[in-house]
Amino acid sequence: MSAVAVEFQEREDYLQEYTLKSWLLTTDHKRIGLLYMATITLFFFIGGATATVMRLELMTPQGDVLYSPDAYNRLFTMHGVVMIFFFLVPSIPAVLGNFLIPIMIGARDLAFPILNLLSWYILMIGGAIALWILIFGGIDTGWTFYTPFSTMFSNTMVVPAAAAVFITGFSSILTGLNFIVTIHTMRAPGMTWFRLPLFVWAIYATSLIQVLATPVVAIAIALVAVERVLRVGVFDPALGGDPILFQHLFWFYSHPVVYIMVLPGMGVVAEIVPCFSRRPIFGYRFIAFSSIAIAVLGFLVWGHHMFVSGQSMYAGMIFSMLSYLIAIPSAIKVFNWTATLYKGSVRLDTPMLYALGFIGLFTLGGLTGLMLASLAIDVHVHDTYFVVAHFHYIMVGGAVMAYLGGIHFWWPKMSGRMYNELLGKLSALIVFIGFNLTFFPQFVLGYLGMPRRYYEYPPEFQVLNVMSTAGASILAVGYVLPLVYLLLSLRNPPDAGPNPWRATGLEWQTTSPPPVHNFDEPPVVMEDPYAYSPEAAEALDDNGTGDGGSTLRR
Amino acid sequence: MTMEPVTADRRSAGKPIAAEDEPILEVQFDDLEQQHEASMLGMWLFLATEVLFFGGLITSYAVYRSTSPREVALASHHMKVGLGCLNTVILLGSSLTMALAVRASQLRAHRDLLWWLGGTMVLGTLFLGVKAIEYTAEYQENLVPGWNFQIPEENRATIEQEQLNPGRFQMFFVLYFFMTGLHAIHLIIGIALVGVMAYLSWRRWFSGGGATQIEVTGLYWHFIDIVWVFLYPLLYLIDVHS
Amino acid sequence: MWNFPLFPDQASISARQVDALYFFELCMAAFFTILIFILIVSFAVRYRRGTQVDRSHPPVVSRWMEVIWIGVPLFLGLTMFTWGAILYVRDYEPPPGALEVYVVGKQWMWYVQHAEGRAEINELHVPLGQAIKLTMTSQDVIHSFYIPAFRVKQDVVPGRYTSLWFAPMKVGRYHLFCAEYCGTNHSGMVGWVSVMEPVEFQQWLSQAGTGPSVAEQGERLFVQYHCAGCHQGSQIVHAPRLEGVYGRPVPIQQGNEVHFTLADERYLRDSVLEPKREVVAGYQPLMPSFKDQISEQDLLKIIAYIKSIGAKEATR
Repeated sequence: MSAVAVEFQEREDYLQEYTLKSWLLTTDHKRIGLLYMATITLFFFIGGATATVMRLELMTPQGDVLYSPDAYNRLFTMHGVVMIFFFLVPSIPAVLGNFLIPIMIGARDLAFPILNLLSWYILMIGGAIALWILIFGGIDTGWTFYTPFSTMFSNTMVVPAAAAVFITGFSSILTGLNFIVTIHTMRAPGMTWFRLPLFVWAIYATSLIQVLATPVVAIAIALVAVERVLRVGVFDPALGGDPILFQHLFWFYSHPVVYIMVLPGMGVVAEIVPCFSRRPIFGYRFIAFSSIAIAVLGFLVWGHHMFVSGQSMYAGMIFSMLSYLIAIPSAIKVFNWTATLYKGSVRLDTPMLYALGFIGLFTLGGLTGLMLASLAIDVHVHDTYFVVAHFHYIMVGGAVMAYLGGIHFWWPKMSGRMYNELLGKLSALIVFIGFNLTFFPQFVLGYLGMPRRYYEYPPEFQVLNVMSTAGASILAVGYVLPLVYLLLSLRNPPDAGPNPWRATGLEWQTTSPPPVHNFDEPPVVMEDPYAYSPEAAEALDDNGTGDGGSTLRR
Repeated sequence: MTMEPVTADRRSAGKPIAAEDEPILEVQFDDLEQQHEASMLGMWLFLATEVLFFGGLITSYAVYRSTSPREVALASHHMKVGLGCLNTVILLGSSLTMALAVRASQLRAHRDLLWWLGGTMVLGTLFLGVKAIEYTAEYQENLVPGWNFQIPEENRATIEQEQLNPGRFQMFFVLYFFMTGLHAIHLIIGIALVGVMAYLSWRRWFSGGGATQIEVTGLYWHFIDIVWVFLYPLLYLIDVHS
Repeated sequence: MWNFPLFPDQASISARQVDALYFFELCMAAFFTILIFILIVSFAVRYRRGTQVDRSHPPVVSRWMEVIWIGVPLFLGLTMFTWGAILYVRDYEPPPGALEVYVVGKQWMWYVQHAEGRAEINELHVPLGQAIKLTMTSQDVIHSFYIPAFRVKQDVVPGRYTSLWFAPMKVGRYHLFCAEYCGTNHSGMVGWVSVMEPVEFQQWLSQAGTGPSVAEQGERLFVQYHCAGCHQGSQIVHAPRLEGVYGRPVPIQQGNEVHFTLADERYLRDSVLEPKREVVAGYQPLMPSFKDQISEQDLLKIIAYIKSIGAKEATR
């Protein structure tokens, strides 16, 4: 053995050592994934708290819960900033991606482990600034920071907020960079591109977007800070600037960011559905290439956020057409996942419930996206609750459900423990019902004309708003439950076994939890991914209990 | 500039190198080739992000230039073309010394490596010195937005006559300071990085001579140079004859 | 309690057309959502663990299926795009002879000025059955003028004019909302659009103090700011006459060349605020700038005046 062996000692598994230093100075991608999980869970509940107060205010047409309209404006801004930058963007890539990518490709860690830890610290710094801003009054510009309001008119902490977004962007960039290098250079022998799990393809496509799009929003927000501090006219027309230029720079990132948020979820679904159908996925190459297509096309459609901004009619037409085109790769995925159920041996475990929920809600959300892509319709519904409903269907009904599905699917691998399946299924159901009750009425509200970012509204909109708030209260329960039962599961001994789901994939060929360097022996890959057999699944299930002969504890 | 990799034949032909002086293999990599490939790809990707970063500023500049060509042209006449040209030569020279440093590290030419790295730092610092002179002059000419900006005497009549937008005139300087300032920050980081590499090389800290580390630093340095090669014509030369 | 609306009023022709496209897209969305739902549920039931069905050779690839579910969505998508684009392009420019109304948005109110003279705050009265064109600007931040019942919306941007038009087809009172977040009282920047029978509209227009029309106010401002001194026959200064200039191409001197530019609202506004940028060929750049001297409202009135002297012959 080389001198390197002296520097670390093999532990039984990566969770063994429990000093603070071993967590805060870890370079183990698995621990870093868990550090991210703790961080984003905190921000998720902070973002959820802001949403709760907003929905309470929106139960009545008047502003009577909050002490001023400014308070509401700060709440919706912080909700957007926290949820997007500190929850959704990191979520699946930084938690599940960090944990799984090296294992899935047969590597011992990511290419740059120290950079990985640095990415987490950068997120923590940005997050600390965001928390400080939140405590000291928040900002009221909307997460979109439109100028000249954000540069010349807002009286809140815009420059610190710009700094927080700027800094946090680097966390995203460095994570993406790490993944791209790892996937390109560190695959195990026999792990060709077309044997990679589709989760890896999805994270790869996401990383491409993270690396290329994030710097542009960094510059946009830096110019906002420059204008605000120096009082020079970068975007303020009164001083010679162009406010529409800000919108172009901003949306050049902020459209691709929605694909950063949803592509990883699609990757999770592609792992769960074959496992719980016990059959290979349908159309592997089409799904793989569609991830890349979404990443590429995602850079070409930003102007569909600006149809009524004053941009030219011809630009509008080009962006509209490209926006319809980008629906195609998503459609390919939805049909392929659905076809994977055909002639399978389906069992509706908790992860499968979340994955199937994703497919349905993403389909609905995506199709409403087509309505927004239509120039004539968008003129009416732009900046209304229709848009709010659309993106929450994708982000919450899609991305968050996929995140929860992934957490449940890989929980036994990460912790060595199994959660309570009944509570898991119950939570998935509560989330699904609560979600639809919260956001479906908002489509109706939007087409009726209720604008976004309003805390007061005409009385005829109240019934739908009350329905939405009622749904939100149910949704909240659905989110708190997993926090409770997942944490409680850690009190059990780690006896989930290496492969409780009898899934394919290299992560299931090692112990649960995995050893520090993932594998005792470096793996060699010799078969295609998703080598499930539904007939074999049926045959195994011969003890009559219908549990597929798994080693799950109930 | 492609350099031949250090192979066993070349080593035996040159100075004797200790058998154990191979680069250390980090635990996550399977072999040295993988480690080297990863380092290179990582730096190239980082440079791609920098391209988008500066690209956002250059796009903003392009938009303002195309909508207000006259104001931008007038403002750009205040650029000190000679000093900018000198800086371009200095920075290109520093890229040469950097490239030679990379070669020296691959040939395990220890002293040459230190000299070339030192030369790179000197030239980089010289660039910053010239830039400081330019910034000082611009400060004295009251051309720093947000600090002491005033429309210069000689332009007031033209702006008056042609009814130009003084905000757009000032905008040129906002973008000039932001772009060159951002470039200078990257250069300072680069000089520090080269300094650290030089120090660590001097102390023979690197296993295997540190060829990969120096090469990665070289990539970053060349990128800083290329950004300048774009900034100089865009800011200084573009309206020099109008 | 259950008497709440599900769709807004269809108070203009384009509202009906937009709704038709929307219903088509709704049907598409419903069809595909229900299709996926049915497929998932039926597969999950039929092929659930333990059922005795044929699971041999589950297909993993099918070129023709992929072609179908690429081709059909592509076709439908492009159809929807084309339909939406046609509606949008067709309704981009208002028809000639539209009634002109000027709007200034500012935190947190709408100032509406009719060409005939009446001004209103947070209200817009319009006659039935006629095209109405709004020319709008903001005095501070970006706002957006939104009338759900007509399905029209347009951002109102500081530093430039944007416009929107509609043709109301149903008498009534409809919501007006600001639809671009603009600060504290964004939710309060709302109002009402009242569509009246043409006769009643004329009555309303001539009510509330027979003040001068916008164009007449503009003429007074034209004199007050000394525009008339140069532009209505001066012995000392050679300045272009403005009668008939609106809506026509104007020759602009640029270096050694002459370019033509359309004398629209933007040109007139820029000529007042930055007159030396586009100098008419054959004239000296003598006109001073009125930037920061004329408010947006006054500027709109002066422009309305200049537009009004387009049709008449000037005999001075």
